[in-house]
Amino acid sequence: MKIYADNAATTKMSRHAIDAMIPYMEEIYGNPSSLYEIGQEAKEALESARERVARVLNCEPREIYFTSGGSEADNQAIISAARLGARKGKKHIISTAFEHHAVLHTLNKLKEEGFEIELLDVHSTGLIDPKQVEDAIREDTALVTIMYANNEIGTVEPIREIGKICRDKGVIFHTDAVQAMGHVSVDVARDNIDMLSLSAHKFHGPKGVGVLFAKKNIMLTNIIEGGAQERGKRAGTENVPGIMGMVAALEDATKDIDGYAKKLIPLRDKLIEGLDKIPYSELNGDREHRLPGTVNFCFEGIEGESLLLLLDDKGISASSGSACTSGSLDPSHVLLAIGRPHEVAHGSLRLSLSEDITEEEIDYLITSVNEVVTYLRNMSPFWRDLVNGVRPHVFKE
Amino acid sequence: MALYSDKVMDHFRNPRNVGVLEDANGIGEVGNPVCGDIMKMYLKINDDEIIEDVKFETFGCGSAIASSSMATELIKGKSVEEALSLTNKAVAEALDGLPAHKMHCSVLAEEAIKSAIDDYNKRKNGEK
Repeated sequence: MKIYADNAATTKMSRHAIDAMIPYMEEIYGNPSSLYEIGQEAKEALESARERVARVLNCEPREIYFTSGGSEADNQAIISAARLGARKGKKHIISTAFEHHAVLHTLNKLKEEGFEIELLDVHSTGLIDPKQVEDAIREDTALVTIMYANNEIGTVEPIREIGKICRDKGVIFHTDAVQAMGHVSVDVARDNIDMLSLSAHKFHGPKGVGVLFAKKNIMLTNIIEGGAQERGKRAGTENVPGIMGMVAALEDATKDIDGYAKKLIPLRDKLIEGLDKIPYSELNGDREHRLPGTVNFCFEGIEGESLLLLLDDKGISASSGSACTSGSLDPSHVLLAIGRPHEVAHGSLRLSLSEDITEEEIDYLITSVNEVVTYLRNMSPFWRDLVNGVRPHVFKE
Repeated sequence: MALYSDKVMDHFRNPRNVGVLEDANGIGEVGNPVCGDIMKMYLKINDDEIIEDVKFETFGCGSAIASSSMATELIKGKSVEEALSLTNKAVAEALDGLPAHKMHCSVLAEEAIKSAIDDYNKRKNGEK
């Protein structure tokens, strides 16, 4: 059995999205800035794509900027808000400890420039309380940036409430909605969002293309200088095929969010219940406020990379927040932010499902994870120490 | 998976000498759970100072498990002196190489053997 359970990393492109791209490579390949016919046709396609994205997000077309992906959108949103704030002497930025690195590393850069970065505690649930945002906002707050849904543990934040607080206090609110789009309902007007980042490849669109939504009163700072594309705010010939593929995927992914949730949530919950039966394991993040397809567990006594390699042998593609898979000495900053000790965070597993997953595949996932965890525990001196009481357990049985 | 050589994957998937040696007379453990890897080596050394049997237990990534497995193969049947001269480089080379950021796994294997022999020497000298 082959199961791709790493949809939070990237997704398989939909046939519809691929088909939507091809004419813009084969026939209408003109540069949208060119004045002849195939250039102007590409320009029309681009502008119609902008309108379609705006319709999905519930904003104006001119508030949509096409980017190379989520990271670029995050960078530009945060830098722009920081520059706007700095002009008025506002150099305080509020975020959370478990944002994506595209946000955290941009904030680190601003910190070096003299900005004060306040990272809110996300608790063991992986959830922000809107009250925390309210209490943290000051006269000199330039920006609040909080992700819509967490990429590792899948918790969904109370964005509408946070947005309302920011709106009332007149503070710019940005959300990295890369993991949320196409999985939960997102509406920038309803959710009081000023800036939002998207990435097409997370919802069955192509890689290398994304969106920055910025309200029309927000003056963006260029990250990429050059030509006057994207209202002069993002230079570079537009990725027309990518944008057309993204729009097709975006419309498909958002047209029946309720149906998607209804189908996927019971399967996700079955997976959670099955994995929860493995002794000394625990779900990461709140049980209820989570994406319909994302499940993240920690297993005591084992290390994530060996777990992934053995699951790969069983045809399962998944990911982990262990240090060995992150390429650094520390395990995932997200797991540490929700209070998991290092030794437990090393033994994490993220399974992120797509909506074509079947019940039979869920059963196979549960059985396979159980087998591999048991096998690795049997050769783990750490596990032996836990069983013999030499070291204390972190989780209950 | 292209991350590791075929040899690493072979030793990871089919680890040699894995388990506990009940009659071990030298036991060494290195690493810690916070860093994400622990290796435990069990040696049975005879009166001629030959490593008659060896087993290991490892908590860690694929290359940590493979390094332990390979290290046990390299010292089984060898003298204590030979085992002490085993370097992490030799372990990595026997595995057809390890990625740069995984070299510490081979270091752990070398240290685990040294630690087990140290334990054996202490027991022999009545320090334990």
